[in-house]
Amino acid sequence: MLKDLIIPKTLIGPLLISGVVIAAHLSFGVLDGWNKFAIALVAAMGTELVFHRIVTGKWRDLSSAYISGNSAGILVRSPMLWPFALTAAISIASKYVFRFRNTHLWNPTNFGIVVMLMIASDSMAVLSVQWGSNMWAMGMIWVIGLIVISKVRLFHICAVYVASFIFFAWIRTLITGDLFLAEIAPLTGPMYQLFVLFMITDPKTTVSTRNGQMLVAFLIAMTEMFFRLGEAVYAPFYALFVVGPVALVVDILIRERRERREKE
Amino acid sequence: MSRLPVKQVVVTLLFVLMISVPFAMKKADEIMNPLFTGNMEEVIERYGFFLEEITEQAGFRHVHRRATVDEKLHHILPQISSVGASVSIVDFNRNGLPDIYLTSSEFGTLNSLYKNNGDGTFVNVAEEMGVADLNIPGLGASMGAIWGDYNNSGFEDLFVYRWGRPELFRNENGTGFTRVTEGSGLPAHINANTAVWLDYNNNGYLDLFVGGYYHEDVDLFNLSDTRMMPDSYEYATNGGLNYLFENQGDGTFLDVSERVGLHASRRWTLAAAAADLNDSGYQDIILANDYGVDEIFINMGGEYFFNTGQEAGLGFVPKSGMSVGIGDILNQGLYSIYITNISEAGVLMQGNNLWVPGRGGTEQVPRYRNLAGSMGVEIGDWAYAGKFVDLNNNGYLDLYVANGYVSDTPDTDYWYDYARVVGGNRNVIIDANNWPAMNGRTFSGYQANRIWMNDGAGRFQEVARNVGGELRKDSRSVAYADLFGDGSLDLVIASQNQGVTVYKNHADPQHNWISFELTGTKSNRSAIGTTILLYSGERVTKKYVSGGDTFSSQSQRPVHFGLGSSDHVDRVEIRWTSGWIQTVYQPGINQLHRITESDEPIASLGQ
Repeated sequence: MLKDLIIPKTLIGPLLISGVVIAAHLSFGVLDGWNKFAIALVAAMGTELVFHRIVTGKWRDLSSAYISGNSAGILVRSPMLWPFALTAAISIASKYVFRFRNTHLWNPTNFGIVVMLMIASDSMAVLSVQWGSNMWAMGMIWVIGLIVISKVRLFHICAVYVASFIFFAWIRTLITGDLFLAEIAPLTGPMYQLFVLFMITDPKTTVSTRNGQMLVAFLIAMTEMFFRLGEAVYAPFYALFVVGPVALVVDILIRERRERREKE
Repeated sequence: MSRLPVKQVVVTLLFVLMISVPFAMKKADEIMNPLFTGNMEEVIERYGFFLEEITEQAGFRHVHRRATVDEKLHHILPQISSVGASVSIVDFNRNGLPDIYLTSSEFGTLNSLYKNNGDGTFVNVAEEMGVADLNIPGLGASMGAIWGDYNNSGFEDLFVYRWGRPELFRNENGTGFTRVTEGSGLPAHINANTAVWLDYNNNGYLDLFVGGYYHEDVDLFNLSDTRMMPDSYEYATNGGLNYLFENQGDGTFLDVSERVGLHASRRWTLAAAAADLNDSGYQDIILANDYGVDEIFINMGGEYFFNTGQEAGLGFVPKSGMSVGIGDILNQGLYSIYITNISEAGVLMQGNNLWVPGRGGTEQVPRYRNLAGSMGVEIGDWAYAGKFVDLNNNGYLDLYVANGYVSDTPDTDYWYDYARVVGGNRNVIIDANNWPAMNGRTFSGYQANRIWMNDGAGRFQEVARNVGGELRKDSRSVAYADLFGDGSLDLVIASQNQGVTVYKNHADPQHNWISFELTGTKSNRSAIGTTILLYSGERVTKKYVSGGDTFSSQSQRPVHFGLGSSDHVDRVEIRWTSGWIQTVYQPGINQLHRITESDEPIASLGQ
């Protein structure tokens, strides 16, 4: 009977991220609270419903908003409720406001978080400490994440990013004189796990070719190095914020040119 | 105009509306809390009090110096030695005037005992009293001090906790102190950052709770291994043990920590307070833990403690607990608990916790809800002591919060490097060698202390700048006392690696007050742990005699109540730790009442 159970493709992501959140929270209390997590989910899905209805006149499935709500619920850290709701709402709204050739340019949660850090940094921060003191939590997230990533054939993005991060960490040690271990320390924390596994691999905001995807991952890590040299705590989010949309626009333009040539 | 652009305009407008929310909230806050710059009389008329800094004119010269630990830690010295500035207030010579004890930490620097001359000035008598030279290589660096009459002699004795060997000094009738640590049963080495006197078994002798921060095996001045940092930023399990030393009544103490259940965890305890949270008649212990969740240990009839942090509702979200303040903030006869944490804009927003008792508790374990946000006392900065004190004598407890971590080179910042390491795995964070050098950088420094004024209706308003009390030092410890006998509670603030600050408080003379100095007979002589319930009309206010609280602080022993415009008190009920109850009917206001425990289980005065 279980053999016949087919999980729709659109639900795999939401189910997996829910599994990670529930397991991590029950094990280590990773969330600031269920109420904050819930308000992020509600705000994300509510914004999606309203904005999609306004723009298309139709209702849409909420799996994408659900994932964005999860991400905001995990990544935002604030003693107040409203930053969770606002981050989630801004994330979703960005999809409808900043578009190029009918596609949104930023990973929604990345956009929401960076904008919130700009406009409300005195009220919120981003998850920046580790979950638990044991390696197994980290291992579990990597395993689940990599299974998902492999299923959607985006493993190469993660691999290139991690390798590039380590390479640029070494470059930074040459510049700053800091210990190599201190430079790669963030990679062992959950913020990076979520960033690597779920944010830079977002299918909607990654470029179309495999080589292009690897190049973009490399460029994100390189841009991040400059933000890190400028001592930006949330360097990876800023790097993706800058590189992601530029890469997408270039990718779209190249594709269009190629299509035009093919037609000619 | 086609339909699509109209829709686009609508969603864009909605988006703009969204990103305007934080700006609108800030603007609203500015409108609701405007800067008020009036003269002293105008400020008093508006807020009910004015703070005047009198440090130098009152004779205070004490400057705290941080401990200089092993050179293997020098690259991060300011954060390793980030504590040690403490203040405790006592009338050590029983002349009716509160005196002030201040610690320093660097080897060779001296602690200070400022004797109150009674004329608005103070003189440092620590050296002649024998309690100055306590920062000594091989013995330890002072982290704080608390006063309690452990031998029921009538004079308050001194316990100094250090990174190193704790020291106990017996008060010789107010004329000097004798070091009585040897043979007292106190341990040879603890890295303690908090201690509280309490009579946990109500046998009439003060016992001693001491909280460990760094692991007790770590000698910070002669380090054998740099793997002594927390093993997690939020779930650390390698802190120092906590101790309960039971007073044997003969000048010795017995370590009963394990027997009573206090060795259950190895959290990094930074602050503690002891108060009877469930009206059992026994003092419970509340702990603020750095790098983890906070804890409440309920006292089971003086036999043992059990940890009810989660059951009570406050043991779920790990933060950086720095201070435990206890107060009946709504005058309902119930204690709320204020625990400070770290808030740094855009980097780490933990928010302070105000745990208010609500529904869902049991007779044994109260249930708390964090109402810091809704009551307006959530966002401090890098906060240490959070002290409840009625500064304007209006009958509602206000809140003073000390802020600031490391103020070093201006316009520099260590947060980036810090965040990098604490975001890493256990094996990275635990080793001090992996922590980037601070190189003179500021780390959440130059932050202003907060004074939140209680409006009595469930909201606090920040007024520090308006009342003359804005202080930008790396403040740690805050204590209050009526230093000048005028019914206003004055403030003493000890700051890390900086000089002490003393504020004379000018409370509204139209506001009445009443104070009680208690002396136990069957209960411990200091009356520590005794509860006082004040009844005035509809109002009932609960306070207790504290043996040390918030962060490395101890305020005056007399229990002070502001009365506002109320011109009488119906009655005051004193619940001694012996279980005996004494009621005082219609005590005179605007005066200090000295009350000795009756020799009857239930007694009345002034009926």
